[in-house]
Amino acid sequence: MHNEATRSFSTSASLQMNPPAVITAENLTKSYGELTAVDGISFEVPAGESFGLLGPNGAGKSTTMKMIGGVSQRTSGKLSIMGLDPETHGPEVRAHLGVVPQQDNLDEELKVRENLIVYGRYFGLPLSYLRPKADELLEFAQLTDKAKSRVDALSGGMKRRLTIARSLINEPKILLLDEPTTGQDPQARHILWDRLFRLKEQGVTLILTTHYMDEAEQLCDRLIVVDKGRIMAEGSPASLIREYSTREVLELRFGSERNATIGVELAGIGERVETLPDRVLIYANDGESALEQVSARRLRPLTSLVRRSSLEDVFLRLTGRSLVD
Amino acid sequence: MISAHSPAVSASRAKRWGSFFYAEQVLRVMRGYGWSVFLYSVGQPVAYLFAMGIGLASLVDANSAAVFGGVNYLTFIAPALLVSSAVMTASGDFSYPIMDGFKWRRVFYGPHASPLVPQQIAAGHIMASALKFLVQSVVYFAIVAMFGASPSPWGWVSAIVATVAGLSFGLPLMAYASSITKDSGQFALVQRFIVVPLFLFSGTFFPLDSLPLGVRWIGWVSPVWHGTQLGRVFTYGLEENPLLTLTHVVFLLGAAAAGWTLTRRQFVRRMGA
Repeated sequence: MHNEATRSFSTSASLQMNPPAVITAENLTKSYGELTAVDGISFEVPAGESFGLLGPNGAGKSTTMKMIGGVSQRTSGKLSIMGLDPETHGPEVRAHLGVVPQQDNLDEELKVRENLIVYGRYFGLPLSYLRPKADELLEFAQLTDKAKSRVDALSGGMKRRLTIARSLINEPKILLLDEPTTGQDPQARHILWDRLFRLKEQGVTLILTTHYMDEAEQLCDRLIVVDKGRIMAEGSPASLIREYSTREVLELRFGSERNATIGVELAGIGERVETLPDRVLIYANDGESALEQVSARRLRPLTSLVRRSSLEDVFLRLTGRSLVD
Repeated sequence: MISAHSPAVSASRAKRWGSFFYAEQVLRVMRGYGWSVFLYSVGQPVAYLFAMGIGLASLVDANSAAVFGGVNYLTFIAPALLVSSAVMTASGDFSYPIMDGFKWRRVFYGPHASPLVPQQIAAGHIMASALKFLVQSVVYFAIVAMFGASPSPWGWVSAIVATVAGLSFGLPLMAYASSITKDSGQFALVQRFIVVPLFLFSGTFFPLDSLPLGVRWIGWVSPVWHGTQLGRVFTYGLEENPLLTLTHVVFLLGAAAAGWTLTRRQFVRRMGA
């Protein structure tokens, strides 16, 4: 008796330690006629995690995001967000979410602050809440001095930050970000990453798609690599790199003429040689010693570079293609 | 600092009031153009009533007042101008802004990611536009009354008739606009080959039965004609068969309802439920 009670107590305690999944997808599939955009993917996202979908354009990332966001119905499979099915409980699911779409769709003719307030109204939030909240979010998005500007007067980076601020107006616990920094200049991207990292620290669950490996490495606790609607691999950025790549990569350029044929002469150096049109990659745990072996064979590359492995390499290994064409 | 209410409360409020929430957005955007809307709704009637009702009327009234049912020309055309004005505003509000919402700036997709559903986004747009037509028509009617062109005490009803006529033309147009995925000048064609003929051949400047039968049908299928005749019943007591009067009402409401239904369907199809 006593033992059983202790056991059941410890079971529930261990359940509490693993935060429950806020998003569960099982065999999620979406077809448009003949085309299968998402082909049976399954994943779970626990509360507070930063979860990424990494893949090239057309991999099915945005389609997956739209299904999670309750604005596109799945063809088959199961999907649950906060225990609700977006197909039958669209408004309830969307009330839980903040959404940053791939393309900004702000109200360009309204003022910056008004954009936040109008959006909050869609959630039935009262102005007594929205007015101070809008000011707080403008501060967060570093747009306080633009509060009275019209949106069409903002730069691309500012618009993006305003879109993120708008998505937070209902204090969502889950934030969907579809390519949050695509098309932004490096400085704008770093500002955005910093803001998103703060949200993560506050315990917001981030779901983001990206085709930038550096973005995925910066922001994601765990990610799935998606290609042609299927999951190719799953894990933390570090574990994926460990599993599918070597510690370091030696990049050599011999000129576009020789790149294609040099592979044979490099055989045996490092663990693996990958020939790309513009460069040759040698995967090795010690890049410098691989470079020494290249020199020993009297092969003289035009340029050489030793770097750490990245998710780009993981993707190349998994699909034979680069992420950004 | 107070915090947001729970998602469940958001969802239930959005379900009940979502159309109004979106209408608020459309009205806020309109407010940015407040002055031009106001000048349009005051300036246009004054110009038309002056040119047609005073200038042209001095010739018409001197020659053939009997043709216009015993009222002066200004009284005859005032309800027609009122209705035409609402229809023209509708042709603007229910065409390009819909394309803008779905395609150009994709403004419909912002609220679509919130608890609102596509039907409510359509309804909000319609409600805000209807309010705009009503305000514009009331202003227009007040000016008509100042010109002394609405002898009946029921004349004010014509402002409501004009609003409904705007919707009965505008909502089928909105359904069409929400089905277009590529703008290749369709709205300019609608303007030139539908709005303008409806304006000219709907018993606006002369009674419909003074036209040959070959073009008289344009009036019969025209919200401008049905609205105008109904407006005339209210502003100066136009005498017509009560069944015909009822037909005007049924036509206007029927076209608006059909347009709204098709629009909802199209919005759902386009954005997913």
